[in-house]
Amino acid sequence: MRALRSATAAAITVAAALTAAGCAAKSEVAGTGKAGAVQVTASDDACEVSRKEFPAGHVRLAVENKGSKVTEVYVYAPGDRIVTERENIGPGTKAAITAEVKAGAYEIACKPGMKGDGIRQKVTVTGKGAPAKRDPKLDAAVAEYRKYVQRQADETLPKAEEFAGAVKSGDLEAAKKAYAPSRIGWERTEPVAESFGDIDPKVDVRADGLEDGQKWTGWHKLEQSLWQQKKISADDKKLADQLIKDLEDWQQRVGKAEITPTSMANGAKELLDEVYTGKVTGEEERYSHTDLVDFQANVEGAEKAYELLKPVAKKNDPALVKELDKQFEAIGKQLDEYREGDGFVAYDTVSKGDRKDLSDGVSALAEPLSKLAAAVAE
Amino acid sequence: MAAPESEEIARSTAGARDENARTPSRRALLGWGGAGLALGAVAAGGTAAVLNTGDDPAPAAESAVPFHGPHQAGIATAVQDRLHFAAFDVTTDDRAELIALLKEWTAAAARMTAGRPVGEGAVGGPAEAPPDDTGEALDLKPSRLTLTFGIGPTLFEKKGEDRFGIKDKRPAALVDLPKFPGDNLEAARSGGDLCVQACADDPQVAVHAIRNLARIGFGKVAVRWSQLGFGKTSSTTPDAHTPRNMFGFKDGTRNIAGTDTAALDTHVWVGKNDDKGAGAWMAGGSYLVARRIRMHIETWDRTSLKEQEDIFGRDKGEGAPVGKQREFDAPHLKSMLPTAHVRLAHPDSNNGVRILRRGYSFTDGTDGLGRLDAGLFFLAYQRDVRDGFVPLQRSLARSDALNEYIQHVGSALFAVPPGVRGEDDWWGRTLFA
Repeated sequence: MRALRSATAAAITVAAALTAAGCAAKSEVAGTGKAGAVQVTASDDACEVSRKEFPAGHVRLAVENKGSKVTEVYVYAPGDRIVTERENIGPGTKAAITAEVKAGAYEIACKPGMKGDGIRQKVTVTGKGAPAKRDPKLDAAVAEYRKYVQRQADETLPKAEEFAGAVKSGDLEAAKKAYAPSRIGWERTEPVAESFGDIDPKVDVRADGLEDGQKWTGWHKLEQSLWQQKKISADDKKLADQLIKDLEDWQQRVGKAEITPTSMANGAKELLDEVYTGKVTGEEERYSHTDLVDFQANVEGAEKAYELLKPVAKKNDPALVKELDKQFEAIGKQLDEYREGDGFVAYDTVSKGDRKDLSDGVSALAEPLSKLAAAVAE
Repeated sequence: MAAPESEEIARSTAGARDENARTPSRRALLGWGGAGLALGAVAAGGTAAVLNTGDDPAPAAESAVPFHGPHQAGIATAVQDRLHFAAFDVTTDDRAELIALLKEWTAAAARMTAGRPVGEGAVGGPAEAPPDDTGEALDLKPSRLTLTFGIGPTLFEKKGEDRFGIKDKRPAALVDLPKFPGDNLEAARSGGDLCVQACADDPQVAVHAIRNLARIGFGKVAVRWSQLGFGKTSSTTPDAHTPRNMFGFKDGTRNIAGTDTAALDTHVWVGKNDDKGAGAWMAGGSYLVARRIRMHIETWDRTSLKEQEDIFGRDKGEGAPVGKQREFDAPHLKSMLPTAHVRLAHPDSNNGVRILRRGYSFTDGTDGLGRLDAGLFFLAYQRDVRDGFVPLQRSLARSDALNEYIQHVGSALFAVPPGVRGEDDWWGRTLFA
């Protein structure tokens, strides 16, 4: 699911750029002549960038793929935070990419065959980007959400360590028990974690998301060992250590993520998208069947972002807020029907008809949630 | 057709100039795409004008079917080429919310059938919000899109519960269909509280319409099941040739013509006094039976031509009834096998009962066993199923030789209210208001 997640991450940053830019800047993009664009010439073994230094603000990349493979082009901020990206640029075709960049060091990467880290060029952005003027209430919401995101990572680490410890000691049952709880913080804040691009494929990739030659690491590999292989290999014990290392990386970087009111709102919607595409189908936790734990965590994360944005959204679109309040309550009640102990029933015991009802419930919430970004964007 | 075509182009280029147009039509948006595109269209229009100097009996593919009228469009309307049919479950318990949805749906339907996008359109809105319209019909013509709305028995009463205070308005004709011998109905392809039939000459236009209505409805309704149809299997313009079904036969030759107002009044439109207690709100409406009929294509294809023709009671090439020369020759029922499909389905074998058919062929790929998942999505409108579809299907289910090659796997019945009268009217008003 890597491609999908990259796209998701890009959506956050693009939305962020648009918010910061406002309407005037948008027409500026439209007016940016070809002369102002940075030419990126991609081939199968090179990634030529016409200018290595350009001013902050709106940048337009005019990409031309002269290679024989389909390529994709990324703009990375430090820490491989994806600023923007464009996939599926066919051989012999051109594509335009726009983004808003602040002063700093960036990398432009071409990925022939749409694989790997790509061929990278360092570029420098100078001067001052147009800083966004924002409702202080929204700034407060972002600050509060950033704290929430950090707290989720902080609280996840000990739970993940408990899980990793059980794996390393070869205790199958203890590891199974610690598995789902170790993922809750991640699942609550996944869109933010995914905005880094490089952590998610290491910790949360599923078997079908692997590229050729990519080693399967992270939670779901261990899930497969515990539930399907029903044994813990020496390699799994190493993977448990690796998982902790990668999660520590997340914990250290998550606070620096680019977060805006619209990225929060879109992130909330994307959490519901995650539920709709991966959880209601039972694909996410196909061995452990703990999908409902993730489901709940995704909804909680979405609700947190929503609650923080609500004061502004209520002013701009009271009807939307009313609907969202109603649908968050409804999905909560729906989930309550599947609670068992301090968790949830195994998803393979949920009938097709009940899955359909859950899916309908997610749609009922996700559709109005898709309008939240617009309600906080002004 | 030359004049309207040119007018459309004129309007589209005008739309391109008028940047203040709040709700641009699809064509206007096409114009926005660039002057080159608009000029290309003008050139095409010019060519059409030269070619179409004679009379053109075929309805223009780009034309819009009026949405408002005493009856809903999509029943007597000349059958379009494509179908997207959807049945919905109502998930809200709130009557006011349901009514608000029906009003919103009606407004969206009126726009889409006129070839306009939903709400504020697919482009040009706020960058941060998903567009009101999903956009895949943007540069397409109205394609004679019709949207026809129906109400299932479960909206009136479900598990003994009067859900929206309309239980006593359930028409007697809105029966629970009996189980017919041979039925193998899947719950997930049957029933529904509401339905919308989208017919259009372009499949994308039909799919777009249902997709947008489903989207508007999320949280109030949920799609229960839907069906795409690709080839009309009957015609409401019987002077045109009868289309063939997936077995390669012309069937339903004796369909009611959309222009035969006397037959429509007798067999299709519900009369004012049809249902003295509950049915007054249905006057001008009709009842729709929808059946997903799976056809066992491979075994049929292994059947000899003689047997195929005997089963239908028609020849395969011309479509003529047994012993006759031409498709529209009156059939001599007694010269057919007693189990022949045409003989059993003919009005003379059913007390003169006629139904208006507008079914479609479907294929949903293969079924996992390598067999074509194909058949007929049967849609039929009638004044009262109790003397229409029900006795007809009883007779067919009992004796039809075709039964060896078909199986009914989905079923639903809907009350289709009268037409939307004007801008302030809405789907279901006569029931709820």
